[in-house]
Amino acid sequence: MTLSLPALLSQLLLGLVNGSFYAILSLGLAVIFGLLNVINFAHGALFMMGAIVTWMAMTYLNVSYWVMLVAAPLLVGAFGILLERLLIRWIYKLDHLYGLLLTLGLTLLIEGAFRSVYGVSGLQYSPPEALRGATNVGFMYLPNYRAWVVVASLAVCFATWYAIEKTRLGAYLRAGTENPRLVEAFGVNVPLMVTLTYGFGVALAAFAGVLAAPVIQVSPLMGQNLIIIVFAVVVIGGMGSIMGAILSGLGLGVIEGFTKVFYPEASSTVVFVIMVIVLLIRPAGLFGNEK
Amino acid sequence: MKKISLVIYGLLLLGLIAAPFIGLYPVFVMKVLCFALFACAFNLLLGYTGMLSFGHAAFLGSSAYAAGHAIKMWGVTPELGLLLGTAVGALLGLVFGWLAIRRQGIYFSMITLALAQMMFFVALQAKFTGGEDGLQGVPRGKLFGLLDLRDDLTMYYVTLAICVAAFLLIARTVHSPFGQVLKGIKENEPRAISLGYDVNRFKLLAFVISAALSGLAGSLKTLVLGFATLSDVHWTASGHVILMTLVGGLGTLSGPLVGSAVVVMLENKVGEFGNLMASLTHIQWFTTLGESVTMVTGLIFVICVLAFRRGIMGEVIALFDRRRAKRN
Repeated sequence: MTLSLPALLSQLLLGLVNGSFYAILSLGLAVIFGLLNVINFAHGALFMMGAIVTWMAMTYLNVSYWVMLVAAPLLVGAFGILLERLLIRWIYKLDHLYGLLLTLGLTLLIEGAFRSVYGVSGLQYSPPEALRGATNVGFMYLPNYRAWVVVASLAVCFATWYAIEKTRLGAYLRAGTENPRLVEAFGVNVPLMVTLTYGFGVALAAFAGVLAAPVIQVSPLMGQNLIIIVFAVVVIGGMGSIMGAILSGLGLGVIEGFTKVFYPEASSTVVFVIMVIVLLIRPAGLFGNEK
Repeated sequence: MKKISLVIYGLLLLGLIAAPFIGLYPVFVMKVLCFALFACAFNLLLGYTGMLSFGHAAFLGSSAYAAGHAIKMWGVTPELGLLLGTAVGALLGLVFGWLAIRRQGIYFSMITLALAQMMFFVALQAKFTGGEDGLQGVPRGKLFGLLDLRDDLTMYYVTLAICVAAFLLIARTVHSPFGQVLKGIKENEPRAISLGYDVNRFKLLAFVISAALSGLAGSLKTLVLGFATLSDVHWTASGHVILMTLVGGLGTLSGPLVGSAVVVMLENKVGEFGNLMASLTHIQWFTTLGESVTMVTGLIFVICVLAFRRGIMGEVIALFDRRRAKRN
């Protein structure tokens, strides 16, 4: 098999793009699970909401991409806070499985609602003027928008990592993950923290949705397959560490990209195969410390 | 209490035997029966062992394809097709279970979901499944070379007999010492370990039994309907069986029976109900209800989890218990 270097590099970039989405989404799942003990099945649907809200604002109201990059996460995050306050908070004391089932129900509701309006066909919007085209970097042409997606996602991931691991607010959050009752005894408003954490995790998903929309087609079902892959990523990485979620997300995206070059038939299953191998060798996950 | 439930089960069986003669469409009832079997098999795992598998679609769908392919392409008899489908379910369950019980709780669910999604992609790409079109035109043939299954009525009683037998097997399993150990694991796993039980072997066996019976349901469904499609392997089928069990009542023997009937009926009737409401209220929106089955399903999930966790039969049993407590 002969492969040109540019072709390989462009697949690598595509893998990094997908990997950044995996990273942001699994990061959000991990942060939410840490404090709420809920696996947010609705993460894929909220990712989709980020993309569709942006599409709606750009198509109907002529709002610019840059405004929506900030506004969509805020809007969807606010929607998430509403969900948490109205519904999710009632099940914290129950078995974990009810959290999964409740958010599964919410997923079906959200996706069904958008489907009844937009159907299942793909909608599309183009990237903003400044990010169109490609740059010649000597050995290959680098599509500007894809490069932007990787850079923006990595920036957000590392900002989140910094906020959680290095700041005072992050310290409260980590303490709340360890022992919420003790933290509450110190005068920290834990329920508020929980609500805001859910909102933040959801906003991350919406941010990924806004970034993803020009690369993949916008449709009400765009989050379905993604969320299951992200679950596999979470099983591989383990939800114990923020950096672990980021690294395994990116790494798996790249591996998936390379599989598309060497053995395209397996590209949709490779992440699951890796999950099986990890389960056999290191059942707790690569960065995992089982709670 | 035992007497009452025996009488009710007897009446239900009589009703099912009489169903084709009181105007119920046999194919529809057979479909409900297949899903009831699927839900009972699933409940054995979730309700009695406390393991939420999110991958049961893989067993239903793979067996449906295996049985359909064997009957259509290799020309095997229906009973062999059903056996083969069940065996495929069991084997797949052995592999999935062996991998998934390495982790507990929510991770277990995510692993089973991911493994099932892998099977979905395999089914999507493999040649013999027919991809997006599905496997069509599976002949029913003759059971044991004697009973002609092309007759809906014969097929109906064969289906009923298989489902009743499987249900009795599940009831026997639940009430056996093995079933008691499973309940013990569900209530308190560390204690079961400290009592000397090899918990993982019990879990794996429960998983395999559940998967095998799901496989039986899948292959029976193929035989009844004559086709197997991607929707059987899709993760929504796993969500479906969870919903049936949840609506009917987790960890009750009769729950999945009631739940599957309610859910299948609802999906068939939601459109009609919407049209009825539209003609009554003149609100056009109701006519779109048929297209939004997903939303209705989602809404039932949310309501069940928040306010109705015991499910229909769970509530009924709780009501009986309360009345008996009052009498004593």
